[in-house]
Amino acid sequence: MLEITSIEKGIVIDHIPAGYGIQLFNYLRLDKAEYTVALINNAYSKKMGRKDIIKINNEIDIDYQFLGLINPDITVNIIDQGKIGKKVQLEVPTTVTNIIKCKNPRCITSIENYFDQVFHLVDKEKRSYRCEFCDDIVVPFPR
Amino acid sequence: MLKGRSLIDPSDFNRDEFREIFDLAHEIIENPEKFNKSCEGKILATLFYEPSTRTRFSFEAAMLRLGGKFIGFSEPNSSSAAKGENLADTIRTIECYVDIAVIRHPKEGAPNVASQYVSIPLINAGDGGHQHPTQTLTDILTIERLRGDVENKTYGFCGDLKFGRTVHSLIKFLSNYEGVKFIMISPEELRMPEYIREIIKKKNIPFEEVEKMEPYMSDLDFLYMTRVQRERFFNEEDYIRLKDRFILDKDKMRYAKKDTYILHPLPRVNEISLEVDNDPRAQYFAQAKNGMYVRMALIMKLLGIK
Repeated sequence: MLEITSIEKGIVIDHIPAGYGIQLFNYLRLDKAEYTVALINNAYSKKMGRKDIIKINNEIDIDYQFLGLINPDITVNIIDQGKIGKKVQLEVPTTVTNIIKCKNPRCITSIENYFDQVFHLVDKEKRSYRCEFCDDIVVPFPR
Repeated sequence: MLKGRSLIDPSDFNRDEFREIFDLAHEIIENPEKFNKSCEGKILATLFYEPSTRTRFSFEAAMLRLGGKFIGFSEPNSSSAAKGENLADTIRTIECYVDIAVIRHPKEGAPNVASQYVSIPLINAGDGGHQHPTQTLTDILTIERLRGDVENKTYGFCGDLKFGRTVHSLIKFLSNYEGVKFIMISPEELRMPEYIREIIKKKNIPFEEVEKMEPYMSDLDFLYMTRVQRERFFNEEDYIRLKDRFILDKDKMRYAKKDTYILHPLPRVNEISLEVDNDPRAQYFAQAKNGMYVRMALIMKLLGIK
């Protein structure tokens, strides 16, 4: 059994859908971290079967919008003195700015990119989004 | 209040605001001379990054008939875009010289981006295969002049519904009115984009997506034909395979009711046979003329002249 020790002060991001942990790890730039971080892939989960977990032994600013975009069921626990101090409730964001890029080759964003890339939520269940500029619909993180 | 606003997408104005534009357009048609000094001293810019005949000429003619002037370019190689200038810089520069601007661009969403960098009214004259809201103004004015209003009617859309920006804008507009029904006639590859389907579904508008024209002709109040646009295809083979899939000819017109009107944003290639032009139900050239009047009304409203 692989053992990852608990942290004293920091953040535990749990119930990440298996396979998305590495994307989140890179998005949060944890590869550049000078403090202890752990990425656990394919951990057993009663609810999900397999899940990823990230443990960060530091208090950092987290982009909850991105986490909600991946999956609003991800749990974020803020750890203080070795105990869960606060649980953050995630939501599916209604607008997403500068996180995903439009893949439509006919979209203005394919040739000019000095402005915000904005997407609007279309369907909360499917977690599909519409490009602000060309209306192309994408599902950035399929279930 | 439309003064100072931009028209980038049909959702930019509400029903009452569109009503103001159409009422003024009807008034202009009845007595155009009355308005020939309305825009004296005003300048319109026409920025066409993609070819156009009707839209550009009708905007320029509209401004001239209002007593105003216009400046602009009809293809990007004659502007600083050829030197690599971005859209925001171009539009910010143009804004220094004119009171109102019209933009057509091959990239979808370009007018939306441009509108974020200017404070003068900006009009989308077509962006790629996305939207063409002033063609919708033309279409609606034509529908009103033929049938009084747009409600409680069945509209057929035929041809390229995927890249047909005029279809997207018209459907978006009509979706706000009661009793409309849509029949979408196209090959499977050219069906309407998902975001348009989502709008129709959300508003519970009855619609069918079909691949044959004849069985539905007798149900229609209006048949809106569109061209399969070569410039929207990355693959020439696909264009050739699909371009002549639907051709409206005299024979097919026999299936239509005597008051089913045929509309087309033009230019037409093969999708409507020339023999249909003499049928009184063919209204596409009347549409082109209405385009100028409704653009006159739009320019006046956005400039706050009436």
